[in-house]
Amino acid sequence: MEIFNPLAPYNLPIIIWQTVWMGMVLGFVIVFALVAVWLERKISAYAQDRYGPMETGGWGFHGWAQTLADALKLLLKEDIIPALADKRLFKLAPYIVFAGSLGVLAVIPFGANLIGTDLNIGVYYAVALSSTVVIGILMAGWASNNKWALYGAMRSAAQIVSYEIPISLSLMLPVMMAGSLSFIDIIEAQRVGFPGEGYFWNWYLFRVPPFTFIAFIIYFWASLAETNRTPFDIPESESELVAGYHTEYTGIRFAMFFLAEYANMFIVAAIATTVFLGGPLAPAPWLNFIPGPIWMVLKAMVIVFVQIQLRWTLPRVRVDQLMHICWKVFLPLALLNFIAIATVAMLWPK
Amino acid sequence: MPVHELNIPLGPSHDKIVKLTGESMTLNMGPQHPSTHGVLRVELHTDGEVVHDAIPHLGYLHRCFEKICEGLPYNQVLPYTDRLDYCAAMNMNFGYVLPVEKLMGIQVGDRVQRIRVVMAELNRIASHLIAIGTYGLDAGAFTPFLYCFRDREHILDLFEQVSGGRLLYSYMCIGGLMADLPEGWIARCLEFCDYFEPKIDEYNNLLSYNKIFTERTANVGVLPPEVAIACGCTGPMLRASGVKWDLRKDEPYSGYEKYDFNVIVGEGAKGTVGDSWDRFFVRVLEMTESVKIIRQALAGIPEEDISATIPKNFMKMPVGDVYFRSETPRGEIGFYIVSDGTKNPYRLKVRSPAFCNLSAVPYMARDQLIADLVIILGSVDIVLGEVDR
Repeated sequence: MEIFNPLAPYNLPIIIWQTVWMGMVLGFVIVFALVAVWLERKISAYAQDRYGPMETGGWGFHGWAQTLADALKLLLKEDIIPALADKRLFKLAPYIVFAGSLGVLAVIPFGANLIGTDLNIGVYYAVALSSTVVIGILMAGWASNNKWALYGAMRSAAQIVSYEIPISLSLMLPVMMAGSLSFIDIIEAQRVGFPGEGYFWNWYLFRVPPFTFIAFIIYFWASLAETNRTPFDIPESESELVAGYHTEYTGIRFAMFFLAEYANMFIVAAIATTVFLGGPLAPAPWLNFIPGPIWMVLKAMVIVFVQIQLRWTLPRVRVDQLMHICWKVFLPLALLNFIAIATVAMLWPK
Repeated sequence: MPVHELNIPLGPSHDKIVKLTGESMTLNMGPQHPSTHGVLRVELHTDGEVVHDAIPHLGYLHRCFEKICEGLPYNQVLPYTDRLDYCAAMNMNFGYVLPVEKLMGIQVGDRVQRIRVVMAELNRIASHLIAIGTYGLDAGAFTPFLYCFRDREHILDLFEQVSGGRLLYSYMCIGGLMADLPEGWIARCLEFCDYFEPKIDEYNNLLSYNKIFTERTANVGVLPPEVAIACGCTGPMLRASGVKWDLRKDEPYSGYEKYDFNVIVGEGAKGTVGDSWDRFFVRVLEMTESVKIIRQALAGIPEEDISATIPKNFMKMPVGDVYFRSETPRGEIGFYIVSDGTKNPYRLKVRSPAFCNLSAVPYMARDQLIADLVIILGSVDIVLGEVDR
């Protein structure tokens, strides 16, 4: 096996491309977070019979600059580190959380060829890297030297580690059907199939009717727990734990947590889109004139919209109920699904 | 008898928690915690997520209400009663003017009685809306809170039209009312009743029958009737435990005997009688009963002078003491007033409902999860202004 030598001159274009790509992805995440926070505020406002931000930014367009102003405020705020906090860990934690989120975006394909790096173990990499977020959260909770933050961190660790399992099992279904862990291969496998090429019924969501659909549902709900969104926002449930693991954070460090949360929302939506909804593929061949990245972002935004809508509709579950749902409902269902699809994949290899 | 000596078998919700041994951690919930509904501090002895003991610490909002009253004439005490339970200021005014009128032997006219009942019931709805909304907030549902506040706004508008205030009204005065109803107010109030009744279904669909919400609240914080009585719980909290006790029915005052309404008791529809869901739902159903009372009270309202029975001054008060209790949204408010014949009360003691209701929290919170403690505390519906006084 050839070892990748980053210093070799012929690898220079790859290094440059990947650096530029990560810069673009970082920019995209920030823009996405700004838009998503604004959307969240507007959607919640309209769900609650009010307007939300209306003034900020001028031109009278629905307070479009509100999140820009909020971000600016956060950046300019005093960065308070509690006197009894473990200062090094306290400072480090938000960056680990953010890096864990951002790293996953390296393997998320925005188009058939538009990808940071097409790892042949892309799915595995994404699942593994998103688990490292737990370390950052635990670090934040522990280093804050605040009991509420510690509770939030412990809850978060239990929750994220538990929900990794149904998530991984659901993601295995498309992997088995495509026979590859690479996101690009999974997308290509969703292009062809019976009875026509490039139609939406070839997407894995509709491929083996009940099983893949159940897998998608399990993935969606488990990803809500993974991203700490309602009804599974237990680690930062404000009525119980004040603000959970980031209770003591202010200013830019809090902004990093916030950014990571919204980046995570996009990542889980993007992974769901890629493996279940055909990623950048158009739903029908005659819609191919719209470029792939637009389809990708559009589909992901639909999932993000559902996430937001759920947050403003549902109450929060309790810790033991959360674990009950994971271990006694999602896990057996995901395992059954896994066995069924494994049988299908064995009987009818592609 | 103190709660911990009662030796009552723990309810069904206690069985599900496996006791683990470990070092217990003391955790201060409040006074700045978002779900203590004010400046309450609860000292928690926790073992992981399980709360072994919850001890409420009071006094952060103590304003010497009872002592201040000793230095004020009877009519000037009234604005201070607003500040007891600021979520139901009309009921507090009502609870204060009744004992003073009893002391002075004043019989107010039918119009005054009816207007007072309408105000008290409107404020009961407003207060229950806050209770329901913030309870949803405790459970993590943000949207019902704003729906409740949207509808409460209409009640505040009605209050503003009669009294000028939106939170603290001081509308009732000893022997009468501050002002008569403005023109067209009765029609606007009936319009609100028509608007409001269908909204209750909206809350039920959004919150009361929500699966996650019922899972969170049913069988949590079960309060058996004997403990509720031993702790002196009153109001929706006592009724949710299945005790049919409502002063409006059992000791009617101000003409409540004329109105046809039901006393709502908890039936344990989603779990056990006296659980948090029952306490929540009793409040929801009481709002419909209040609307019924408002309609009846406004239907036969006579044209009278509302200031006919207002005393000119308080120089010649009868000597003696008086106790009178009335039903507020949180339970029984009782004023004990000792008069020595001067214009100021010699002693004034308030028996406040939320204070007594809060005393049941240590019993209900024993061996519960932290998340359940928030639910239990929310279902008591405390107002710290009245607990601490």
